[in-house]
Amino acid sequence: MSDRIFGGFGLALAIFYIWAASIIKDSFMVDVVGPRAFPYIVGTIIGLCSIYFILRPDDEPEWPHMREFAEIVFAGAVMLLYCWALPEFGFLISTVFATAYLTWRLGTEPLWSLVVGVATSIGIYVVFHMILGLALAKGPLGF
Amino acid sequence: MEILSLLADGFAVALTPQNLFLAVAGCFLGTLMGALPGLGPANGVAILIPIAFSMGLGPTPSLILLVSVYYGAMYGGRISSILLNIPGDEPAMMTCLDGYPMAQQGKAGEALSLSGVASFVGAFFATCGLVLLAPQLVKIALLFGPAEYFVLFTVAFATLGGISSTNQAKSAFAAALGLGIAMIGSDSQTGSQRFTFDHIHLYDGIDFLIAIVGLFALSEVFIFLEHHRGGAVGSPKATKVGRIMPDFGMIKRCIPSMARGTGLGFFAGVLPGAGASLGSFLAYSLEKQTVDRDGKTFGKGDPRGVAAPEAGNNAASGGALVPMLALGVPGSGTTAVLLAVLLQLNITPGPLLFTKNPDVVWGLIAALFLANFILLAMNIPLVGIFTRVLMVPTRILMPIVAMISFVGIYSITGSSFDVMLMVGFGIAGWVLRKLDVSLVPVILGILLGNQMEVNLRRAMTISDGDWLVLVGSPLAIILWIIAITGFVLPMLMGRRMKKRMENAGSHHEEIAAGD
Repeated sequence: MSDRIFGGFGLALAIFYIWAASIIKDSFMVDVVGPRAFPYIVGTIIGLCSIYFILRPDDEPEWPHMREFAEIVFAGAVMLLYCWALPEFGFLISTVFATAYLTWRLGTEPLWSLVVGVATSIGIYVVFHMILGLALAKGPLGF
Repeated sequence: MEILSLLADGFAVALTPQNLFLAVAGCFLGTLMGALPGLGPANGVAILIPIAFSMGLGPTPSLILLVSVYYGAMYGGRISSILLNIPGDEPAMMTCLDGYPMAQQGKAGEALSLSGVASFVGAFFATCGLVLLAPQLVKIALLFGPAEYFVLFTVAFATLGGISSTNQAKSAFAAALGLGIAMIGSDSQTGSQRFTFDHIHLYDGIDFLIAIVGLFALSEVFIFLEHHRGGAVGSPKATKVGRIMPDFGMIKRCIPSMARGTGLGFFAGVLPGAGASLGSFLAYSLEKQTVDRDGKTFGKGDPRGVAAPEAGNNAASGGALVPMLALGVPGSGTTAVLLAVLLQLNITPGPLLFTKNPDVVWGLIAALFLANFILLAMNIPLVGIFTRVLMVPTRILMPIVAMISFVGIYSITGSSFDVMLMVGFGIAGWVLRKLDVSLVPVILGILLGNQMEVNLRRAMTISDGDWLVLVGSPLAIILWIIAITGFVLPMLMGRRMKKRMENAGSHHEEIAAGD
């Protein structure tokens, strides 16, 4: 069943892709094939494979239970939130919380998670920013 | 003799203090990453690419650092295989079979030092093979026109699923997905905006580094979260190694096994779509066929069963560099990541690389030789340091991996949109892995998509729109035959091969994607 849903999704993607390719505007430069031909080929392959998934699905993969599934969704959400927070609060503060959340969900005690978060954040800041000179996100406080 | 003088120039590049330091650092980091389950050569190198660039290292130093990591990871994978029966990365799976029983018999130190020597032999001779074979392949590649190049890329995609692939439609889907993503952005030939939907962040296309780090590194973090694997992989008792000095008698007895493993592994590495995992599998199987037909000692701690697959795996990783450097077409996940390094440095691999940037090529090859000696030194007396790392619990390690991925991508793009895109790739990678869709073709599609299209369009322009140009030369026809065989063969025997590989080595989901 999963493969069939995947195939349906792939087919929708292929149709969307081919449609999006068909509206590519030509520019003043032209060549024999044009900018649409290769995307059409790619879209067709995606479509054909998707039809195959619908007709001949593989065995069901082991999907996680609701709880683990929620775990993935929340972790994804926290990471996205982290990306949003980086320019708002700066690297050090955002990283403390993002790391603390991830290590907590992997089984660290809540209070220790914060310690791990602080240590990781400062550790990365020192190694990558101060020693190796990488540009990290700067918040209003300058770090 | 010309090769020797070029190689000497290469060593002059590789032996500067800065490059030497980078090689040592790369070897150390690589061995660490290889030893830790969840971090393998592909995602280890992937995480380090953006960091190497943000540090402002030049092309040759970055390459030296990253290939040292690559070789290091191939050495490191065996440590957890032997001590814990958990392969540190996919190619090290076969080493579990006899390495772990040896460790249980109290011979962990011997197994580690023997496999270190075997890794050295495999990688050293494979690097020699690379020196001899790559320039020959370049001579053939110089005959390629745009049409042949287009077909060559098709060969890469058709064979990437590998002989053990069970569902070729999924490999094809993955490749097309990657090619489709590569099309986003302005068209290199005419400048038309494609699939950007007037979204300014997409005008330049999607940076392949974002996709690679997301798909390889972040999806790994999600796999760990899903399974709540937070504990340490090793315990103090299991990581005791005992006598570390190699037993020379044992090594001497294993020389023929190493030789067979090296030859077979190198061959598997050069072939498109085989890679190091298959290299070590073939080396182990052949060794068992040759010296232990009745299955009396293999699987029960036979040193030859450790030496052969380790030599095979490291020889294959050297061999895999041949098509990557000479043709610009990688045959495995990790070499795809190394291709990303070259592309990021604005170096186009392929035949012209050898004539235009000989300093890069020969510096790289010299660095490989150097890395081998450094790794041999690191892996025999210092193996104890690496075993201690196995006691760091993953609940602390994986968040650090995630954060370093973020740091790398943010420091090269400086945009939170790109970092969010990386999270998106991470989640997509997790779903695709669940559905048994390989991520390597996706990466390769993103990397090669534009070149593949450019070659197709050039061929068409030359032939004035005649599609038959794609089968217009004997070389192109041979390549088509290879592509079709490589695509169809797994359909006939993929299930059988996969079953054999799975029966031989227990299947671990937490092994990092790609090899």
